[in-house]
Amino acid sequence: MNQLHFPILSSLVFIPIVGAILVSLIDSKKEGAIRWVTLVVLLLDFVVSLPLFFYFNSSTYQMQFVEKVPWISSLGMNYYLGIDGISLFLVLLTTFLAPIAQLSTWSGITHKTKEFNIVLLLLQTGMLGVFVSLDIFLFYVFWEFQLIPMYLMIGIWGGPNRVFATMKFFLYTFFGSVFMLVALMALYFLHHTYYHEYTFNMITLMSQPLPANLQFWLFIAFALAFAIKVPMWPFHTWLPWAHVEAPTAGSVILASVLLKMGTYGFLRFNLPMFAYMTHQFVDIILIISLIGIFYGAFVAMVQPDIKKLVAYSSVSHLGYSMLGMFALTTIGIEGSIMQMINHGISTGALFLIVGVVYERMHTRIISEYGGLASLVPIFSVFFMIFTLSSIAVPGTNGFIGEFMVLFGTFESHKLFAIIAAFGGLFAAVYMLTMFKRVVFLKPLNPKLLKLTDFNLREWIYMVPLVVFVFWIGIYPNTFLSKMHASVSHLVEQTKVVNTSPSTNGKVSFDNNKPIIKKSALKG
Amino acid sequence: MKTLVLLIIIWPLIGFIINGLFGKWTKNYAGVIAASALGLSFLSAVYPIWQVILGNIYDYVYFMWMPFGKFNIPFGLRIDSLSAVMLFVVTFVSWMIHIYSNGYMKGDPGYARYFTYLNLFVFSMLLLILGDNYLLMFVGWEGVGLCSYLLIGFWYDKKTASDAGEKAFVVNRIGDAGFIIGVLFILLNFHSVTYADVFPFVHQVLTPQTATIIGLALFLGAMGKSAQFPLYIWLTDAMEGPTPVSSLIHAATMVTAGVYMVARSNAIYDLSPIAMEVVASVGAFTAFYAATMALTHKDIKRILAYSTLSQLGYMFIGVGVGVYWAGIFHLMTHAFFKGLLFLGAGAVMHSMRGLLSTDLMGGLRKKMPQTAILMVIASLAIGGIPPFAGFFSKDAILAGALEMGHPIIWIVGEITAFMTAFYMFRFVFSVFYGEEKVPNLYHELHTHEAPKVMTIPMWVLGVLSIIGGWVGLHFSGEIPIEAFIARTAPTLEVAGEAHYSEALLMGISVCMGLLGIFTAWVIYIKKWITAQSVANTFKPIYTLLANTYYVDEFVYFFIVKPFWWVSEYFLWKIVDVKIIDAGVDLFGWISKRIGWLFRTLQTGFVSHYAYWVSIGVMLLTTWYLIRII
Repeated sequence: MNQLHFPILSSLVFIPIVGAILVSLIDSKKEGAIRWVTLVVLLLDFVVSLPLFFYFNSSTYQMQFVEKVPWISSLGMNYYLGIDGISLFLVLLTTFLAPIAQLSTWSGITHKTKEFNIVLLLLQTGMLGVFVSLDIFLFYVFWEFQLIPMYLMIGIWGGPNRVFATMKFFLYTFFGSVFMLVALMALYFLHHTYYHEYTFNMITLMSQPLPANLQFWLFIAFALAFAIKVPMWPFHTWLPWAHVEAPTAGSVILASVLLKMGTYGFLRFNLPMFAYMTHQFVDIILIISLIGIFYGAFVAMVQPDIKKLVAYSSVSHLGYSMLGMFALTTIGIEGSIMQMINHGISTGALFLIVGVVYERMHTRIISEYGGLASLVPIFSVFFMIFTLSSIAVPGTNGFIGEFMVLFGTFESHKLFAIIAAFGGLFAAVYMLTMFKRVVFLKPLNPKLLKLTDFNLREWIYMVPLVVFVFWIGIYPNTFLSKMHASVSHLVEQTKVVNTSPSTNGKVSFDNNKPIIKKSALKG
Repeated sequence: MKTLVLLIIIWPLIGFIINGLFGKWTKNYAGVIAASALGLSFLSAVYPIWQVILGNIYDYVYFMWMPFGKFNIPFGLRIDSLSAVMLFVVTFVSWMIHIYSNGYMKGDPGYARYFTYLNLFVFSMLLLILGDNYLLMFVGWEGVGLCSYLLIGFWYDKKTASDAGEKAFVVNRIGDAGFIIGVLFILLNFHSVTYADVFPFVHQVLTPQTATIIGLALFLGAMGKSAQFPLYIWLTDAMEGPTPVSSLIHAATMVTAGVYMVARSNAIYDLSPIAMEVVASVGAFTAFYAATMALTHKDIKRILAYSTLSQLGYMFIGVGVGVYWAGIFHLMTHAFFKGLLFLGAGAVMHSMRGLLSTDLMGGLRKKMPQTAILMVIASLAIGGIPPFAGFFSKDAILAGALEMGHPIIWIVGEITAFMTAFYMFRFVFSVFYGEEKVPNLYHELHTHEAPKVMTIPMWVLGVLSIIGGWVGLHFSGEIPIEAFIARTAPTLEVAGEAHYSEALLMGISVCMGLLGIFTAWVIYIKKWITAQSVANTFKPIYTLLANTYYVDEFVYFFIVKPFWWVSEYFLWKIVDVKIIDAGVDLFGWISKRIGWLFRTLQTGFVSHYAYWVSIGVMLLTTWYLIRII
């Protein structure tokens, strides 16, 4: 279904590439022109994405704004794009944050500006492609594609340890992707084995279940790829490295969008395709998520570097997202998606905030700051708002997501929700301690005295984030109403624990038997 | 009417927005703007309160806040008799304290910021009491906590103030987790958190076990916000904030939120004797425990802080034994007299340039006659001397405890009443009576009576500290305040309720109060016994009390420190860096080694390749041969 009769998703995905070509034609000395063109392209991309919101039909779970063109028909590959209530806001989040991230680089990135902006545009294409692809092959192409610009961004414009950090980021994620590739291929061939059809169509693959023992391996492979991306504990150690070394815009995009590809992957692949295995794995994933929530918070608490602190807080926040998701209730999954959006806004904003002072002070060590409230009051107010949002104070977006996750989890797993409810305590500890040491107290470091408050550009990119902090906090229905149909459908899909392929009785599988069975594998 | 009710909470929000966004320009008018906002808020509240007294109940839904399909959480406001009492107390006392602050905070560089926070506080507090469901109450609940955090740390460049603010927020968060858990249980069981959907159906829906869980979880929240043992540790540090803040937030309104919440949830508590027992016992213990700490302190604000803890304990006794109206009644009178006590302490600080120790004061009544009289009135009220306000409410609680079958709590309450009167008059006598302890100090500090903008609100509260309790008198066979609050929070019905002579109980209470005052008089005015000799006789006890039982030290060395240590030196530096991350690197290193191994095979010499090929052929042949054989 495409209510606009216009290839809007393709436009979204490819406008940045066109922009990249345009930028590449500009003389690299004209930095101003490069920045303006990039910004305009990203803004255009954002404007183009707005009809998705306004024309979105929230009464159906069907894919919308669909574009489907045969690509390699003999292999069952299509150029197949579409979004539903789950991907809608991730797409919008991506288009919304890109111009903001770009604006934050105007004074920070002064070397190889042209290349930087090209990389930024290419990254945008990659990320959007991941969220709109409904053909799993296409999905994989975009998934791998976006790794390269991010790799370059950290590796070229990063801090002193950038090469190590970017290699770690690249290899670790790539390691996960390899498993995903194997699993994708296996899925493709197994699907043919059982249903006599070669297809990469995500929707078809969701609706036709596979035997449990195969699901087991496929689930593990996909879960590994996505868990590294999220990142779930204990696959998180690349994240602090990458965040600390990445330039501000890189951190913002990494935290706000890239990590969501992991959670999105779980929602698109693991939950609907391997529903039976999902149920088997619920407890394990919930426990890992809980560990992530607390572990992330504890380790964040003692970090001397602001960026590292925020990086570990991401581990904690996304722990909530995973918790809500694997509670497998409508509210839990909606809460999980809200948590993704909120994390994108709040954590992205916190990285921007750190970027603002980093540009002026060239340090991120907490102990070198202090007393900013009296020196840069406007900065401090914004910092406060994002801090509160991050610790989920009611009235801000963070609370909505966290409460929904808790309640969603509570519906199916009471004990986990009760334990998770205490996570908010530690969030307050690490955020407020850091906030106190940076913003309150007396400015002891003489270098701080020359700090300047927000300039116009910073005002411009910070205000929209604040608007969303309160909008989601006060009237979340704008967002909830659009995802409801899709999430309910997803919950229905996860309830199908049927593991026998419906058209072919070659393999019959008894749900009560052990999960891994060698004879079944050979079958 | 719907708009009028909304306006009550909107006015402070408008004040907040004006001062928050334009504080730079409103500078000297910030106080006037904020106080006017509160005045308007109070005026908007008058008519609805009057209508509620006449028997109406208002419950308006403005929009759907969180529609989850099956579960819908509205943004609605409710005024019934319980919230009407709270509404009156909060809007009126806040108004007075806003006016007072105009004088107190004059000249502070953060003048506009102060009033911004203060307005936001009142907005949150009103949301807390008027919200028609638990989740909205929670919004207010965390909102007031946030404002408390901001206002305690108002002078943020002072490390102690910033630390105290953070401590308050974090300790409250422990309670908040409990509150949220309670809300989760309610939402799951009732498919709603709106009061009107919950309380009428408590008996059908909840088993006593579930009611106990909900009751205890909610009470954990109340313990945090209302600073009950052991979550009280933040309240005394909260005195780092400006004194009007201590008065408004940490005495009159915010800290009583827990009592309101328990009274509001009376239907749930009624079902669970265990939860009620816990509430009453924690209340009684805190009342006693905090009063002992108030006995020895020399910092005037901390004495009042411990006294607040103790009085909150009384309120919890009231709601815990099931006499909800008495708890709320005491909440109201306490708001008047404790608000006044803090304002008086503020006036003293104002004229003493921020000095706090009773050792430096004495004979202040000559310099500040009005403040002195008001402090005596407030102390008589808190000491439980008729006809002052505190007498009626405290007596209602203690008599209720005895009638509901809690004699031990009653005894503890009476002993605490003695201590209360004693420490309050110790305070009054050593600050306002006697002689100047440090010669010429007052002269140097230019100690003088507070300006009118401060004394007038104090007089208003002073009058209320006298007459505020009279609604607890018998009128034509019923006690008006009891009848009014019991419409929403009816007193628990107990089989075989014990009856005692009311006059006798009152007599005992009054005696306890008088005895306390007398003891203070003997020690601090007449000096027949010196405080020093008492301290020396009971040296160990005195040391323990003077150091507030070493609880802060205990928490720091046995909870906070080890926790940070484990996080830093175990979780981060060992688990994260040396195990998980090193594991990842090791994996990478092994892969690289394997790659290196294969790479070294690629030497480029044909002879080497031929060598390896021949070895391969030999191996394969051998393997085939073995298989054939």
